[in-house]
Amino acid sequence: MPDYYFQADHLSVGYHGNAILKDVTIGVDRGEILTLIGPNGAGKSTLLKSLAGLLPSLSGHIYLAGRELSDMSGRELAKKMAVVFTDKMYTEMMTCEEVVASGRYPYTGRFGLLSDSDLDIVDESMKMTYVSELKNRDYSQISDGQKQRVLLARALCQQPELILLDEPTSYLDIRYKLEFLATLQQLTRERELSVVMSLHELDLAKRISDRILCIGNSGIERYGTPEEIFREGYITELFDINPQNFENNALYQYIEKLENDKTDFYPTK
Amino acid sequence: MNSINKNTEIEIKKKRERTGSRGRYTAAFCLLFALLLILLACNFGIGSIRIPLEDMLAGLRGRAIESTYENILWQIRMPRALAAAILGGALGLSGYLLQTFFHNPIAGPFVLGISSGAKLAVALVMVLLLGNRIRVGSGTMILAAFAGAFLSMGFVLIMSGKVNSMSMLVVCGVMIGYICSAITDFVVTFAQDADIVNLHNWSKGSFSGITWNNVAVMGIVTLGATVMILWLAKPIGAYQMGESYAASMGVDLRKLRVMLVLLSSLLAACITAFAGPVSFVGIAVPHLVKQLFRTTKPLVMIPACFLGGSVFCLFCDLLARTVFAPTELSISTVTAVFGAPVVIIVMIRKKKERG
Repeated sequence: MPDYYFQADHLSVGYHGNAILKDVTIGVDRGEILTLIGPNGAGKSTLLKSLAGLLPSLSGHIYLAGRELSDMSGRELAKKMAVVFTDKMYTEMMTCEEVVASGRYPYTGRFGLLSDSDLDIVDESMKMTYVSELKNRDYSQISDGQKQRVLLARALCQQPELILLDEPTSYLDIRYKLEFLATLQQLTRERELSVVMSLHELDLAKRISDRILCIGNSGIERYGTPEEIFREGYITELFDINPQNFENNALYQYIEKLENDKTDFYPTK
Repeated sequence: MNSINKNTEIEIKKKRERTGSRGRYTAAFCLLFALLLILLACNFGIGSIRIPLEDMLAGLRGRAIESTYENILWQIRMPRALAAAILGGALGLSGYLLQTFFHNPIAGPFVLGISSGAKLAVALVMVLLLGNRIRVGSGTMILAAFAGAFLSMGFVLIMSGKVNSMSMLVVCGVMIGYICSAITDFVVTFAQDADIVNLHNWSKGSFSGITWNNVAVMGIVTLGATVMILWLAKPIGAYQMGESYAASMGVDLRKLRVMLVLLSSLLAACITAFAGPVSFVGIAVPHLVKQLFRTTKPLVMIPACFLGGSVFCLFCDLLARTVFAPTELSISTVTAVFGAPVVIIVMIRKKKERG
């Protein structure tokens, strides 16, 4: 039996039989947040796609709620897991409300008609991510930051127990970044939502995550709690930063502070 | 008391908001139905011999009317107009499916070479069978057309794996179309038999010479395909938003893709078997319908594209028959005049969106 609600065991992922990441073993319980950090192109998105079952993994096992992912039907899986990825979405002539409502897919009947209770869930999800006022706007006309929040609402509308997100905050300004992550955090507490996401904002990852997986250019490097990850010299090493490029430059203090400051772990928990 | 009133008020307001777009759909469907009826009446009545409206209505109700009128109405104009309506609808739907499948707004059975593939297969089968004095029935024609359509679709699919730009895909389709048309022309030109010379008219596209038997066969095939497509409306809607989105919603992508290919080929084949290749209806109709209804929801688009295609083809066939009467234009000449500008507008808009 798997130990966690959502768990990957000795997973290898990649394309056309070439493994990009090997031997990934991770797990999250209900209400926990697992964050993937690491440089661009290291394989974070590929791993997330495999965890979502959208890309067949090369070897290993994925378990969700005690069952192997590959044994679940598409509909069963869609009721438990929602994804917010960066793939292009075609939304010609769709309002934001319609995009959000598309998350009801696994629950609607043969012809996908929405009941009043479906629409109430749509309203509620849009409220949670602060996009209610965009309801009747054309999705293609809103800003990238607004789109990310609408997509989170779409995922919530799916009433998942686990949500996978690929760089969900990349286009958000600082206010919406904080609000976005606060909403996720609130959901982990109120609904025991499990979250697996990739983030580029290390300072935020440090504060919000229960566990962090570090994916470097040569594969999986470290896996553990934020205290175990953020140690002297490690971020410099993970991202292959050369301190000599920053001699006497105050910008480098950002990294030093990340590595050394022990005061900002889980201040909100 | 007051708060209860307020709550129900909010509920009513919510309801009204939620049903807002339905009014537009109803109005648009009524408009298309009205146009369909008017155009059917025009197609029944107008021609080298004009049938007065009261005679036509009496004839349709089965009353005895002048025998020339009766013959023209029942033997020539009605099957032809019904064929234009059924096949036009099939064309509109087939275009809609292909545009959905390739996420490509300028896809259609004609530009992707699928109609031409069907045409080639039908021409070859006819020449072969007629040469051996074997009569060719509607069923054989559809089967041959389906085989041809399916083969061209296969080529287009292989191409779509190799080129990733939508204009290149269309260029490949057009080339396949030209190759198939060239071979068809070659076969038809060197055929001596009088029956085969008739092929020449058909291979240019025309709704003339349709029998009631033909109408029955095309009606059954098209109705069956349309019901199947409506049955798939929900996964088609998910697929429209993107493949990875559909997959994450639990749609079986492989099965859906196979169904889309089969159904769009079947529809394109049905059209080609009876009317030859008809250009631009498949591309233009989904766009016009989308603008009219202001939605892309499959449950609306599927019946709307069918009706829109019927109206478009009835209108074009009316012009093809009457404008230069007694000389008849080929149907594609007329559909191109009205359809091609739509395609140009769509392409300019896409450019603008990107730039």
